[in-house]
Amino acid sequence: MIRVFDIVVVGAGPAGLAGAVAAAGCGRTVGVLDDNPEAGGQIWRTGVRDKKDESDQPRHNAMRALEASGAELLTGHRVIDVPEPGLLQAAVEKDAPKGAELIRWRSLIVATGARERFLPFPGWTLPGVFGAGGLQALVKGGLPVQGKRILVAGTGPLLLAVAAHLKQYGGNIVCVAEQASYAQMMPFLVSLSGSPGKLLQGLRYRATLAGTPYRTGCWPVAAEGDSALRSVRLSDGKRIWTEVCDYLACGFHLVPNTELAQLLGCGLQNGAVIVDRQQRTTVQNVFCAGEPTGIAGLDAALVEGEIAGYAAASAPERTASLMERRDKESAFGARLTNAFRLRPELRSLSESHTIVCRCEDVPYGELRERSGWSDAKLQTRCGMGSCQGRICGAAVEALFGWQPGSVRPPIFPIPIADWCDGKTISNESTEP
Amino acid sequence: MSNAGVIRIRVNRVAIEVLEGTTVSAALVSAGVPCRTSVTGEPRTALCGMGICFECRATVNGVPHRRTCQMTCTEGMQVETGE
Amino acid sequence: MANFDVLIVGAGIVGCATALECAEAGMRVGVVERDLVGGATTAAGMGHIVVMDDSPAQLALTAYSRELWRKLQPALPRNAEYDPRGTVWIAGDDEEMQEVFAKRRILGEAGVVSEVLDAQGIAEAEPFLRKGLAGGLLVPDDGVIYPPVAASFFLGEAQRKGAVLVRGRAVVSLERGRVVLADGSSHGAEHVLLASGAEISLLPFLPIQKRKGHLLITDRYPDMVRHQLVELGYLKSAHSITDDSVAFNIQPRRTGQLLIGSSRQYGDTTREVNPAILRRMLDRAVEYMPCLREVSGIRVWTGFRAATADKLPLIGPTEKTWLHLAMGFEGLGITNAPGAARLAADHLLGRPSAIDATPYLPMRIGNPEAMHV
Repeated sequence: MIRVFDIVVVGAGPAGLAGAVAAAGCGRTVGVLDDNPEAGGQIWRTGVRDKKDESDQPRHNAMRALEASGAELLTGHRVIDVPEPGLLQAAVEKDAPKGAELIRWRSLIVATGARERFLPFPGWTLPGVFGAGGLQALVKGGLPVQGKRILVAGTGPLLLAVAAHLKQYGGNIVCVAEQASYAQMMPFLVSLSGSPGKLLQGLRYRATLAGTPYRTGCWPVAAEGDSALRSVRLSDGKRIWTEVCDYLACGFHLVPNTELAQLLGCGLQNGAVIVDRQQRTTVQNVFCAGEPTGIAGLDAALVEGEIAGYAAASAPERTASLMERRDKESAFGARLTNAFRLRPELRSLSESHTIVCRCEDVPYGELRERSGWSDAKLQTRCGMGSCQGRICGAAVEALFGWQPGSVRPPIFPIPIADWCDGKTISNESTEP
Repeated sequence: MSNAGVIRIRVNRVAIEVLEGTTVSAALVSAGVPCRTSVTGEPRTALCGMGICFECRATVNGVPHRRTCQMTCTEGMQVETGE
Repeated sequence: MANFDVLIVGAGIVGCATALECAEAGMRVGVVERDLVGGATTAAGMGHIVVMDDSPAQLALTAYSRELWRKLQPALPRNAEYDPRGTVWIAGDDEEMQEVFAKRRILGEAGVVSEVLDAQGIAEAEPFLRKGLAGGLLVPDDGVIYPPVAASFFLGEAQRKGAVLVRGRAVVSLERGRVVLADGSSHGAEHVLLASGAEISLLPFLPIQKRKGHLLITDRYPDMVRHQLVELGYLKSAHSITDDSVAFNIQPRRTGQLLIGSSRQYGDTTREVNPAILRRMLDRAVEYMPCLREVSGIRVWTGFRAATADKLPLIGPTEKTWLHLAMGFEGLGITNAPGAARLAADHLLGRPSAIDATPYLPMRIGNPEAMHV
């Protein structure tokens, strides 16, 4: 069976939902695909313990709008291949893998969001060390943190948001360690005065975290423990000290999820999908909105999603009024990137035996000698495991400056049956 | 306060109770059970929480290599870890 | 502008093994590689070290080369993942079982150990194969390797013995006494040896055709497959010189991942995965091993084998005595690398070979134009 839509949106986070609602509002048939059990993406993930809590107004509005729009939401759908232009192949997974589906589209909006950047340091593979967004996702997924000592480290505004949420769930936040210096963040902080909404959000987080040390110019140098985390050593460039903790929530800002865009043939620059002001990519009928076009936060995702929805629905006249917001959020994104640049010390945290590729257990010492990403893949198998370089790719780019290579299908692993069954390529479609 | 009920799953044959709607990875982490063992024998557990790092993989109801951070616990679910 | 006794074009596994042989024999060796060591044809393959009996000459070369692999084994680095797994050839029915007996006899005459498995025997050897197979042939001394690391190791050893690697530029022309690179630089060499895998643009009239293959690698499923498993129909597939074909071939890696093949196509020189052929290949695999349906496939890739009309490689001098070849290995480049390297070095040094080298001489193909540079 092939599902057919005028417009397919991949990703049901803020950008995807905004795009779907806008496009459906123009009378188009819209399908929204997401590989999670529920819509919302990362930032609007619902918490097990607060399912009935609808106090997050933007999320609440977006969900209501989606329900009312007539767009069809397909959760548990993981896009794995683009067999030919205008066609997507998605693996369907509810409680168990349920085969693959083909989905035909006239226009496509890629709203695949972002993932955290992880940098290796001694002990980072210990149970108890999570991403910052990673620990938040787990807590929303029901992990109790009542009374747990938690260190939040890395870089980016996500750290504050995560620390505040974890504290609200009862976590004991030992401190927030931000690697950027105050001086580096200052232009960004000052500019917040022009964005009252963001400023207010930041102040709310700080209020929640009153009494929690927030250290800038401070980064983790080692996670310690035997089979699980016991403590973390921090450095501020002058001294090194140890904090005892149960969990470390550590992430170094975000990188765009561009695999689908790459498979579609979209042009990229600096790791982000190239788009014009109508969110058009370099491939005809393919649009992109939100973090994959450049990390710029929720408000950027919302306005870009809306623009992409109207543009994909051939209603560009409706985007004119959104351009001012778009430009403003784009500028915010540029300031964000500047504020949270990685300091050079972070490139030399690893020791020879520190694992860099977690799927294949490839240590830093083996990678150091290689000439580039392809050479490393070939000789050490770094990036050849299940995650196909999603975790180590960002790390080796930061450590060695290597650019990751091209993307091949399947974008995510699928059971072999999905290739074998009739639901994959139909007999009539031409071979690429 | 949540209205979620409580359900039981089995982790390595041991019964544990979780709130309805809990993800399998959250259940494993809260039980202190590492999800998998790495190629060189290290215990590993969820890192990214969003289906990208593959560190949260476990065998669920007999199917290996399931990403537990994207699965919700169901009554009677059998989870085997350590592969 | 260095001067070499031999300049080898291509640092794939054959080129690297040949570099080591020549360096060990005291020759001044240069190796030119456009991209990554072991990164092209070498990287695409399965890494199966297997004795093949489709012709006496192929049997002689693969048996000889396999023995050389076994002697190399203690020196190979851990990352080369040499694994003495053994092959099980699968007989689906009684007709194929007759082939099993014939194969055992032929291998035995060449001194290659094998053991016939009856229906129960193959079920015990490989519990996850489908029920109802007639039996099979176990060839216990076959093995598995990870080729890019082996190539890199050979080259490293060659460099330790004085070989020089020139990397990052393509060769644009081969002339008597020298090789010219894309940046205009050139290297003087007494002999030039072409070992460029499926890349034949330097000698476009070489009687070599590309045969595209697909491979799929899975997540870890330790203990699902114990030997490299190949259906006997593989031989028919490898033999056909015109049709697209698939044949069941599965390899367990030391990590527990499974490598599933195989496919052969002529005429398609694009790198893209061909969904129809991939599907046929996987359908075939699932026929032999039904549990593969649920197995998680991580990645699919394609590669090109260099095929000659008589299925035998081209090893030795062309009609231009300064130009030698080590080309055209089809699906046996990995298996035959050490053997071909030894024969190639024998030709360059004028020393006798341990096996009859005549069947692989490039000049056997009676077309002088073929070697025209």
